[in-house]
Amino acid sequence: MTALLEVEDLRVAYGKIEAVKGISFKVEAGEVVTLIGTNGAGKTTTLRTLSGLLQPLGGQIKFDGKSLRKIPAHKIVSLGLAHSPEGRHIFPRMTIEDNLRLGAYLRTDKEGIEKDIQRAYDLFPILGERRKQAAGTLSGGEQQMLAMGRALMSQPKLLMLDEPSMGLSPIMMQKIMATIQELKAQGTTILLIEQNAQAALSLADHGHVMEVGKIVLSGTGQDLLHDESVRKAYLGED
Amino acid sequence: MNELPQQLANGLILGAMYGLIAIGYTMVYGIVQLINFAHGEIFMVGGFGALTVYLWMPDGFALGAAVPLMILGGVIVSVAVATAAERFAYRPLRGAPRLAPLITAIGLSIVLQQVVWMWYPDAKKDHPFPQFEGGPIDVFGASIQRGDLFVLIAAPLCMFALGLFVTKTRSGRGMQATAQDPDTAKLMGINTDRIIVMAFAIGAAFAAIAAVAYGLKNGQVGFRMGFLMGLKAFTAAVLGGIGNIYGAMLGGIVLGVAESLATGYIGDIPGMDLFGGGAWKDVWAFSLLILVLLFRPQGLLGERVADRA
Repeated sequence: MTALLEVEDLRVAYGKIEAVKGISFKVEAGEVVTLIGTNGAGKTTTLRTLSGLLQPLGGQIKFDGKSLRKIPAHKIVSLGLAHSPEGRHIFPRMTIEDNLRLGAYLRTDKEGIEKDIQRAYDLFPILGERRKQAAGTLSGGEQQMLAMGRALMSQPKLLMLDEPSMGLSPIMMQKIMATIQELKAQGTTILLIEQNAQAALSLADHGHVMEVGKIVLSGTGQDLLHDESVRKAYLGED
Repeated sequence: MNELPQQLANGLILGAMYGLIAIGYTMVYGIVQLINFAHGEIFMVGGFGALTVYLWMPDGFALGAAVPLMILGGVIVSVAVATAAERFAYRPLRGAPRLAPLITAIGLSIVLQQVVWMWYPDAKKDHPFPQFEGGPIDVFGASIQRGDLFVLIAAPLCMFALGLFVTKTRSGRGMQATAQDPDTAKLMGINTDRIIVMAFAIGAAFAAIAAVAYGLKNGQVGFRMGFLMGLKAFTAAVLGGIGNIYGAMLGGIVLGVAESLATGYIGDIPGMDLFGGGAWKDVWAFSLLILVLLFRPQGLLGERVADRA
């Protein structure tokens, strides 16, 4: 039994600058894996490469048994890989409902789509209340909910979340983390990037610490949470 | 004759034509931020496509029955040229500095003019375009030529269809998404390359319909007709707020009506008699553009660029 996602020796460069310098990790079906690390460590670059927005310089990406190299970005979502990007990137001048519908762009089962829109509204009731409103009018936290709901609309096998708590108030951050916990409990496989290492590691099965393009430390979420160097570098303890 | 209704009608006819062409500028700009300066020539080749179909018709074929086929011919030619331009001239330059595709567009515009000039039989002079028979029709005190009715019917129909397409269909939503955030659109599974081709094709089809209207109105088409019409339509697109399809039509109509009213009335203002008449109409049109750019740079219906984060 192979893992759902297998990344091996992945290298990515912007021009001549290598941002990801040969990383390897796995995500098993049903688990939550987190990548933590400072800005510029290469976390977002990694996710953007997995979803095809960037082309890797080398290495292997295997998802659900298939190699993702050479597959254009717009075809990757149909394989079951959904990406909620950093900075949320909702479509600001479209309604909330249209944003959700776009998440299901490649699906043809009309009834299933309606059902999943309803599910997104159950998960995030505020979205349901404002379904006809332009998404750009939502608050940051609400936009994050929409971005997550939109990613779920493709019925992904793996949900990739890039900095879901970025720029949110502590209360909103808690809400988002609670939602991720809920999705995990429902059996959703998640690859999570977070600056809030404490929150991310507490709910992750496995974690990897990235520094300047490399994975420097790996372990279970609990191990990393109690690791001396991690506590110093990322959890703000001296 | 009652002057004002007549001037308004003339402006509306001209403006609807500008608006139809302006849609092509605005849609392409909205999605790839390219000002397709070859769009005037896409309009021009549509006129020749329609004329060619007409010349193939057997003698005695009623013009009314021929018009749909002429539209079809014009649309096919314009769409073919526009999508080929996208594929072979603009797509290889995606990601290049913005000046590169802009200059390519200007070059393409010259190439298309010269190709028609050299190879369309006898294109060095203007070609007569078929005309509807019968006198003008009186509408609200304005007398409207039969050929001009075409654009007054076609433009609202086209706008209505485009509005429905963009808001109600899956591809239309994909088009909006691509315009707002192309990378994220890809994450949704939208084939943005195909959406870009679609934007070029729709703009070209509307330009071809405008070209049929132009031919029916002016009684001729020529290889140079795309230049000034293209420039005016681009002005209309900027006037309305580039990137906004309803703005393009509104900008076209405002421009057409302003041009027509200025032509009709500026000469009557004391001291301005020197500026009366049709010779100055382009001056008024472009003065209007400058005024709008000074006081409302985002155009009449444009959003402020800042919200495009």
